[in-house]
Amino acid sequence: MSSWTPTAPRPAPSNTVGFVAWARANLFATKLDTALTLLAFTLVVYVIEVIFGWAIIDASFTGDDRTACLKEVQGACWPFIEAKFGQFIYGRYPGAERWRVDLVFLSGLIGLIPMLMPNVGFKRANMVYLLGFYPIFAFIMLNGGMLGLATVDTTDWGGLLVTLVVAITGIVASLPLGILLALGRRSDLPIVRALCIGFIEIFRGVPLITVLFMASVMLPLFLPDGVNFDKLVRCLIGVALFSSAYMAEVVRGGLQAIPKGQYEAAAALGLGYWKTTRLIILPQALKLVIPGIVNTFIGLFKDTTLVLIVGLFDLLGIVQLHFTDASWATPETHITGYVFAGAVFWLFCFAMSRYSIFMENHLSTDRTSS
Amino acid sequence: MSDPVIRINKMNKWFGNFHVLRDIDLNVAAGEKIVICGPSGSGKSTLIRCINRLEAHQEGEIEVEGLTLDGSLKNLEEIRSNVGMVFQQFNLFPHMTVLENCTLSPIWVQQKSQAEAEKLARELLERVRIPDQADKYPGQLSGGQQQRVAIARALCMNPRIMLFDEPTSALDPEMIKEVLDVMVELANEGITMLCVTHEMGFARQVADRVIFMDEGEIVEENAPQTFFSNPENERTKLFLSQVLTH
Repeated sequence: MSSWTPTAPRPAPSNTVGFVAWARANLFATKLDTALTLLAFTLVVYVIEVIFGWAIIDASFTGDDRTACLKEVQGACWPFIEAKFGQFIYGRYPGAERWRVDLVFLSGLIGLIPMLMPNVGFKRANMVYLLGFYPIFAFIMLNGGMLGLATVDTTDWGGLLVTLVVAITGIVASLPLGILLALGRRSDLPIVRALCIGFIEIFRGVPLITVLFMASVMLPLFLPDGVNFDKLVRCLIGVALFSSAYMAEVVRGGLQAIPKGQYEAAAALGLGYWKTTRLIILPQALKLVIPGIVNTFIGLFKDTTLVLIVGLFDLLGIVQLHFTDASWATPETHITGYVFAGAVFWLFCFAMSRYSIFMENHLSTDRTSS
Repeated sequence: MSDPVIRINKMNKWFGNFHVLRDIDLNVAAGEKIVICGPSGSGKSTLIRCINRLEAHQEGEIEVEGLTLDGSLKNLEEIRSNVGMVFQQFNLFPHMTVLENCTLSPIWVQQKSQAEAEKLARELLERVRIPDQADKYPGQLSGGQQQRVAIARALCMNPRIMLFDEPTSALDPEMIKEVLDVMVELANEGITMLCVTHEMGFARQVADRVIFMDEGEIVEENAPQTFFSNPENERTKLFLSQVLTH
């Protein structure tokens, strides 16, 4: 009787792996490919040269007013950003009180960074800190009026501070609200379902500007005399409700992708609706829609610029406001300001995007070997 | 026959207008092993899914260990914690490790401590012969291994009744045996088993009774020897000739 031994594996031929093979396959496979590669390469070099020239070579870096930015060939006017930097970050928040904002930023980061790192423990304690203690602390610090802190009216808040307050409140509120709305929309209870569908369709069918405008201008008309919310608070509520409607639909997409067998297995094990939802369905559904969730977060972050419409000055709003400053009126002021605002927004959005990719990989359980 | 643990009386079920189960009468004694077979669409899976109310019946009564399945949530919870189920598609939870799959119900339904649940789970994984896979994810296991995890997961609830819904139908031939071996072992330990399967060798080996269904009705039920060698009904003969000779 003959016995069979499997053939030992060999490494792949050397001309099919490595950089040269990759370049040949992807960049120079045909004459057309080669031509396109060279064309694209030239274009990339040209664009980099233009940006580099504007942002660095022809740019001004020092100066106290517009005269610094009036060269024959003038690039970016960075002294404008430098001079207005405090305004861009804090708005009209009084200079002597800005340490309070810094403290709020810092104490937020202290909780947020370990929260985002999967391997760091104390998640439950951190959650209590971030969602219980921190919002109250941030409100007291920013608003003042107690503990001997001077009151800083929200109309004086501005810049990145307002952008972050609106965006973070929206993000933190929209995920749980969105999950509840998505579950409600799939509920067997007809009244719950109808209410959730109604809410989602109304808020998703109306532009954010309208929601903000309603919250800011219309709402006070319906409230009894003497009852009045802060304008910023009204905006926060508007943004949170608006984004939760979007979030609900993203989450619903994930819920629909979970096979019926998962519900059945959970039911057969004796788990009820809420335990099944929390332990089996949501962890899988949310993982599936991480790209969609982060997409909504990013959209929300950029939509905060719309609060300008109701007279709040977020980062972009305050940058635009300072274009009117005559002592900085140069041909390059506008573009420099917009590039700065764009870069700051991009930085936050890109960070969210990278973090979402990291989480997707981290949560992936389809690895074939551990 | 001692007092039956499952009593099904004149049970009828419809999917929309489709009459899928018709006047089902079935009593199962404690410790009895029952194999249910029949052509596809005959209602055999639906029948066992009615026993833990993954499907709700519309007429007649189902009683499991004296508790009536009538939509009462309390009875349902009680019944589900005493009835384990194994599915054709395994239905393991892919985001949890094998061990977490097994400890889920002991911890969250039976309120056992983590340590106690893990000890139990490891024992049962040992019993289905995959103790070393405890920390892997289901996606990293073969079909046969996944199905054995599913059996261990169901056994972790310490059920008195086990339902098997075509447990080997989604498996490669080489893996069917490893799952059947575990099931035979389980059968020898005295648990009550209802098994929908086309594995006639398994039926011969462990079944106390074989039930043949077609068109939503129980056509014939008999001890395996009589059932295979001397079926009473023409329809049964035809079915057996199709599954046994190929």
